[in-house]
Amino acid sequence: MVLEFTERGIYCPAGDFFIDPWRPVDRALITHGHADHARPGHARYLSTHAAAPVMRHRLGEIVIETVGYGEALRIGNATVSFHPAGHVPGSAQIRVEVAGEVWVVSGDYKVAPDGMSEPFEPVRCHAFISECTFGLPVFKWAPQDEVAAEINAWWAGNAAAGRASILGAYSLGKAQRLLSILEPDIGPILTHGAIENTNAVMRDQGLALPDTLRVTPDLDAKAHPGALVMAPPSALGSSWARRFGPASTAFASGWMRLRGVRRRRAADRGFVMSDHADWAGLNSAIRETGAERILVTHGYTEIFAKWLRSEGYDADIVATGFEGESLDASEDAEATS
Amino acid sequence: MKRFAALFQQVDQTTKINPKVAALAAYFREAPDDDRLWTVALFSGRRPRRAVTTTRLREWAAERAGIPLWLFEEAYPVVGDLAETIALILPPNTRETDLGLRHWINTLRGLSDVTEEERKPVVLDAWDQLPPVERFLFNKLITGGFRIGVSQKLMTRALAQATDRDEAELAHRLMGDWTPETTTWHELIVAEDAGANLSRPYPFYLAHQLDDGPEALGEPSDWRAEWKWDGIRGQLILRGGEHHVWSRGEELMTHRFPELARARDFVPDGTVLDGEILAFAGGQPLPFNALQKRIGRKTVPKALLRDAPVILYAYDLLEWQGQDMRDRPFAERRAQLDALLQSLPEDAPLRASPLIEFDSWADLAATRQNARDAHAEGLMLKRARSPYLSGRKKGDWWKWKLDPLTVDAVMIYAQQGHGRRANLFTDFTFAVWQGNDLVPFTKAYSGLTDAEFRQITGWVRKNTQARFGPVRQVTPEHVFEIAFEGIHESPRHKSGVALRFPRMSRWRHDKTVQEANTLDDLKEMLRQYG
Repeated sequence: MVLEFTERGIYCPAGDFFIDPWRPVDRALITHGHADHARPGHARYLSTHAAAPVMRHRLGEIVIETVGYGEALRIGNATVSFHPAGHVPGSAQIRVEVAGEVWVVSGDYKVAPDGMSEPFEPVRCHAFISECTFGLPVFKWAPQDEVAAEINAWWAGNAAAGRASILGAYSLGKAQRLLSILEPDIGPILTHGAIENTNAVMRDQGLALPDTLRVTPDLDAKAHPGALVMAPPSALGSSWARRFGPASTAFASGWMRLRGVRRRRAADRGFVMSDHADWAGLNSAIRETGAERILVTHGYTEIFAKWLRSEGYDADIVATGFEGESLDASEDAEATS
Repeated sequence: MKRFAALFQQVDQTTKINPKVAALAAYFREAPDDDRLWTVALFSGRRPRRAVTTTRLREWAAERAGIPLWLFEEAYPVVGDLAETIALILPPNTRETDLGLRHWINTLRGLSDVTEEERKPVVLDAWDQLPPVERFLFNKLITGGFRIGVSQKLMTRALAQATDRDEAELAHRLMGDWTPETTTWHELIVAEDAGANLSRPYPFYLAHQLDDGPEALGEPSDWRAEWKWDGIRGQLILRGGEHHVWSRGEELMTHRFPELARARDFVPDGTVLDGEILAFAGGQPLPFNALQKRIGRKTVPKALLRDAPVILYAYDLLEWQGQDMRDRPFAERRAQLDALLQSLPEDAPLRASPLIEFDSWADLAATRQNARDAHAEGLMLKRARSPYLSGRKKGDWWKWKLDPLTVDAVMIYAQQGHGRRANLFTDFTFAVWQGNDLVPFTKAYSGLTDAEFRQITGWVRKNTQARFGPVRQVTPEHVFEIAFEGIHESPRHKSGVALRFPRMSRWRHDKTVQEANTLDDLKEMLRQYG
């Protein structure tokens, strides 16, 4: 076995390292900086150059080595390389080759380009380890420019009616993706501190984001008419959000595809936008690896594995510490995974 | 359909009342008569007859989407709505048309006249020319249950704004057995109302729950008390030599309760009574399960008429000698009602639900404790000078129910909910102990907070022992307090008992599974309260 599934995480015996482990280990290879993949407490980390700043920001003092996309590293008897996963800036699939057999751990991924993350690259392999957060045929994403037009129209409409637009999105990845598609001509963009901290990290590493204004206790929230306010989902409906006066609220998430979830969130609008692959994306990604063996980690695993088997794959479910299983937690956590 | 779809989206995209009403009112001002008439019909619970079974719809949708049927069936509970699942799963439409709401309803009505093979191409063709939102609405028209966040009350308010008519009058006009086939926009909404529809009921007045006891209501002498019955709220209408029986849900029930026909022998034409339909024998109401056997039956076999005869226990007089009485004070209506019904013979299918005498709130509170003995579920309090309003309005009518009965039970099965509860485990089966076995005895769906449902959903996912279709058997670990209004014998249930209005009143984190109640405890409750 090139990789094994242990209580600590996905393990490579040939190289004596773990990938995205959920318990502390000596050597951890990390696909991307979200909390359920990059956890604290490992002795040594390895990630792409682009994923490291956010990991340092989140995890503090860590011992971390970085590597460029496509660069082959020899670790023990394994050859390791990182390839773009298209999930968030810096995110990677990790390719592990041992004695001619190739396995790929894809972490979280999406195949459609978002104009910001390094676009997903299919990697040929024998075994592919895949998420399936949205592994049902009801999940289909519209092209990003269509969603962008919807969001900007909502913002412009609110601005014209004298309302603030409060948009809930996870601080790392989704928030910056949204910022990158907003039309700054419509009005000022205010950000919650949690998001602005990540913005600062990403701007430092060269990502182009529009100008934003951090919401601080002494900011006169009502002095910015027609503003769009970007906040973590948990801030919506809180006293923090009330300072902006009359406002329309919205979430951006793949779960917003489902009307029941949209209504449960009690936001005015739900925009369907995810950093995970939709049904067609999962299927095409898997096909392009050429792999016969598929291991699914989190999401609608039972259904998706059954579907893959019916399509002729040797598919199984592996239990991991990755999230995105529970929907309601994942309305916030979708972004975390 | 685009106009209707735009209306739906405006209404669906806000949780606030005023923008919803404004969107509806604008639609009612602008839409063509046929479309707005159908819109009123849909939002008041009327829909075209179902022309295609849901089984066929699923098969056709899966086939069109190029996926196996089992995969469709797995996706459905995640989405929680069949019409939506189909709309989401189909490939994008290949062409686009803009035919009105009426066109699509007529298309569906036309399907009743053709064979199933001929229906399929019509439905597939519709799917192929409707974009996702319109497709969802088209599917809703087929599958029914048009609940999209617009109550009849909200719709009526918008209609009043759009037509400059009185809301209460419109509410009254919209009652009864009209359909868009039997009336027109003009007749229903615009024309002078000659009271042409003799069967039309009045909008029901609904009480609010009294949570904190009656002391805050003021002087006891300003109030009247009655038992709160556990039957079917109904209006009996005697006009033009005919009688009609309406449920609160505006369902015509005349033929389900043939006993009430004899009311014409005792009460003059031009009378409308509001009351509770109850199974009744030996001078007192029977438990609800006797009446339950009559529900859902369009015709009633003789044996059932004998075992569970019904009467109308009347508590209000809405029309008398052809005059609308609703503006008169309750005390006056009630006195007239008592005068009308007091001298009827024993076998008349009508009685006045007795008023309960009381001098003080403490007095009444003591009486309330005896509600179960009277086969009632608590008390009703009505302000003596109150008019008969429409809908649920706070202030004049209160229901003061008994505290529910409770048992502590173990959760053993879980299933996902629908609609806004899709993808959450919200429907549970509970068990009590019989020796070392857990015997299921009730299901419950409500009573927990959203946060608790999320918590239990995460737990169910991790503690599933077996799956039976959509049902998951879970590790018996959690104890819930189940509250219910009544208990009766039921040979259809493994436990031998059935509960009335069961719900989860508390999650007993403090109790172990061993501390849950037993079947013997339930049987004892059955003996006491059944």
